[in-house]
Amino acid sequence: MSGSYRYSLGERTYRFDSLAELMAKATPARSGDRLAGVIAESAEQRVVAQMALADLPLATFLEDLLVPYEEDEITRLIVDRHDRQAFETISSFTVGDFRNWLLSDEATPEVLDALRPGITPEMAAAVSKIMRNQDLILVARKCRVRSAFRDTIGLAGHLSTRLQPNHPTDDLTGIAASIFDGLLYGNGDAVIGINPATDNVAQSVKLLHMLDAVIRKYEIPTQSCVLTHVTNTLEAIEQGAPVDLVFQSIGGTEATNRSFGFGLAELAEARDAALSLNRGTVGDNVMYFETGQGSSLSADAHHGLDQQTCEARAYAVAREFKPLLVNTVVGFIGPEYLFDGKEIIRAGLEDHFCGKLLGVPMGCDVCYTNHAEADQNDMDNLLTLLGVAGCNFVMGIPGSDDIMLNYQTTSFHDALYVRRALGLKSAPEFEAWLKHMEIVRDGDSHRLSERLPQAFARSLDQLPETGS
Amino acid sequence: MSDRKPRTPADTAGDDIGVVDNPWQGLRAFTDARIGLGRAGISLPTQRMLEFQLAHAQARDAVHWPLNVDALSEQLTDTLGIDAPLRLHSQAGDRTEYLQRPDLGRRLDEHSRKSLQETVDAEDSPFDLALVIVDGLSARAIEAHAVTFLAALSRELDADDNDWRRAPLTVVEQGRVAIGDEVGEAFNARAVLVLIGERPGLSSPDSLGLYLTWAPKRGVSDGQRNCISNVRPEGLKIEVAASRARYLLNEARRLELSGVKLKDRSEDDVIDHDKNETGNFLTY
Repeated sequence: MSGSYRYSLGERTYRFDSLAELMAKATPARSGDRLAGVIAESAEQRVVAQMALADLPLATFLEDLLVPYEEDEITRLIVDRHDRQAFETISSFTVGDFRNWLLSDEATPEVLDALRPGITPEMAAAVSKIMRNQDLILVARKCRVRSAFRDTIGLAGHLSTRLQPNHPTDDLTGIAASIFDGLLYGNGDAVIGINPATDNVAQSVKLLHMLDAVIRKYEIPTQSCVLTHVTNTLEAIEQGAPVDLVFQSIGGTEATNRSFGFGLAELAEARDAALSLNRGTVGDNVMYFETGQGSSLSADAHHGLDQQTCEARAYAVAREFKPLLVNTVVGFIGPEYLFDGKEIIRAGLEDHFCGKLLGVPMGCDVCYTNHAEADQNDMDNLLTLLGVAGCNFVMGIPGSDDIMLNYQTTSFHDALYVRRALGLKSAPEFEAWLKHMEIVRDGDSHRLSERLPQAFARSLDQLPETGS
Repeated sequence: MSDRKPRTPADTAGDDIGVVDNPWQGLRAFTDARIGLGRAGISLPTQRMLEFQLAHAQARDAVHWPLNVDALSEQLTDTLGIDAPLRLHSQAGDRTEYLQRPDLGRRLDEHSRKSLQETVDAEDSPFDLALVIVDGLSARAIEAHAVTFLAALSRELDADDNDWRRAPLTVVEQGRVAIGDEVGEAFNARAVLVLIGERPGLSSPDSLGLYLTWAPKRGVSDGQRNCISNVRPEGLKIEVAASRARYLLNEARRLELSGVKLKDRSEDDVIDHDKNETGNFLTY
C-alpha cells in the first residue's frame, strides 16, 4: 500500500518512507510532533517535505490511506462518504495546484461550497501545511458554513460567542451570576454552555433545567448545553431533561474516540434522540463537538501521524453529524503539544481553515494555560486573525479567567472588542433580542446601554445582599 | 504613589475617568468569577486589566521558579526531626525541556538512579509507604505547603491503628507524578504518595497535589492512582488533606489497590452542594 516519496534538491535526494512521514515532516514545527518523534529533523528537511508534498497529486490521498480502512471506522467514514463527482473539479490537481486554486478568483464561496464532499481531511491537512497564515485566513474567509437551532450562526459579517459560566462547584447562584454578566455584555448567541464540575447524569439534568428556565424566561434566541459525555446526555434525554445540544469531545482516529468512551454509533444514536425532541426553532443542528490538536497522541492513538492531520480527520466525524458548533480548544492541551503563542496561533488558524474547507461550522476556544509560553497579547492576535478569517464563534467568559477549568480564554469584553474592531455582529435573531431587551443601544449594536435593562434589574432586586 | 495599596473593588466604584461601572458588582459575592468588571468603552478598565496581568505574572513565576532544595531540606530536618531527604533529578535537564517532554520528567536520570539504589541498599526494606516530594509545575506550592503537610500527615499516621513504616524521604527536581513509581518500586514500598506542585491557576499559584499509588512500579497507568487536589490554605485545607490521605492510604491497604476502584467516600458530602443556597435568581 504505502510507498516512499522522494524529492531531489541539488545533489541530494530526500526520501520519506511513507505518506504519514511526508505529512509529518512537512508540518510547521510544534512540540507535540517533537514529542511523538515525527517532527522534521531540520528546517531544510521541513521545506523539502513541503516541496515534495506540493508535487503530490491530491488523488494519492484516496489510494494511500494514512490509517488502514480495516482498522479504523473514521477512515471508513472518510472513504465511503467521499464524493467522486464533487472531487472531479480538483481531481487532476497536485497539493500545490490546490493551494493556488483555492486562492484564485475561480474559487468563489459557491464553488467551495459545492466542492466540500469531494475534499477529504487529509487533502485539507496537506494543503494547509504549505499555506502561510494569510493564506489560511483568506481561503477560510471564503468558506461560509451556516448552522442553526434557535438562531443562525456562521453568516458572513457575524461572530457568535459561547457564554461559558463555569463554576468550581456547579453552584447555581454562581453560574447564574456569570450568565447575568455575559448576557449584559451581549454574549451567548452560539450557546450557553457549562462544563460541569461534577460530571454525572443527575448533575447534568439539574443544570439543563436551570439553563432551560433562563432561556425561556427571557425568551433568548439561543440554546443550552451541558458539556458532559454523550452517554450521559443520552440518559438525560431518556429522563425527559430539556436537552438542546448533544456534546462530545471527538478525535480523528477510532482509537482516540474509544479512549473517550464512544464510537460513531453512539453519536448517531444521541443525535437521533436530540432531534426527536424537536426543540429548535430556526434549524435542527443539534450537535456540539470539541476537538484539539494533540488529543490522539495524548491517548496513544495517533498511528504515527502528526497531530494536525489527526485533528483534520476529526472534522470528518463532525461533519457526518451536521453540528451546530465545532470548537477547536486550541491552547488547552498544554506546551508539550503547542509550546508557545506562535504555535497556538498557527494551530488555531490551521484548524479553522481545515474545518471550514470541509464544511464544518468552526469556532475556536482561543486559549492558553499558565505553563504555556503565551499571554493575553497572543490571544488578542489569534482572536483578531480569526475574526478576519470569518470564524463562526469564540468563547466568552468573565474576565478571561475560567475558575473551574483553570485556563484563560476570551472574555465577554474580548468578544465586543473584535466585533467592534472588525464591524461584526452577533447572530441576527440574538442581535434583535439584544436590542429588544435594551442591552445594546438602538441603532448601534456595538454600544452597550448605560442603564441596566428592566428585566434584569428586577432579577437583581430579588437579591437582598447585592450592593447595587 | 508607589506605596499606595491596591484598590479594592469598592474603592474604584464610580470614580475612574472613562469607566462605566456595572451595577451588579454585588453578584461577586456569589462567585470568584471576574464578573461586574465594568468597562472603558467596551474594553477592560485599567485597574481590572492590571489585576489580571498580576495574577498571570504570579502564575508564570510559579511555573518557572526553581525549587530551593537546600532550604527545603533544612526546613524538613528542623521541623520533622528527620534525616535530610535524598535529592533526585529527572531526565529533563531544565524547565524548557521539562515543559515539552513530559516523558523525561517521569524518569530518573542516571546519577539519581545510582544514588537511590545506594540508599535502598543501605536500608532495610520493604516499607509501607514512600513519600516523594516533586516540584512539578509549581515549586512555590512545595516551598509553601510540603513541610506543613508532611507534619500533619505524620501526626495522622502516628495515630493510626496500622503501622506505617516510611522509606527515606526523597525530593525530585523537574519531576512529574509518575516519577514516584520508580522511587516507590526501588524502595519496595507498598504505597507511594507523591506531593507535587500543580499547574498554577490564575488565583492559585501555590496549589499542592497529592497522588497515591498502591504497589508502585514503572509503567503504572494514571487510572491506578487516587488524587487529592487543590491543597492550599484557600482551597482544601492542609489538615483536611492529611486526614483524607490517611483515609485513602488505609482503604488502599485494605483493598490492596488504588485508582478508580478505590472510591473516596470521604468526599460524598460535597457533591451537589450549593454553598450560596440562593439558587438561580435569574428565574425568581
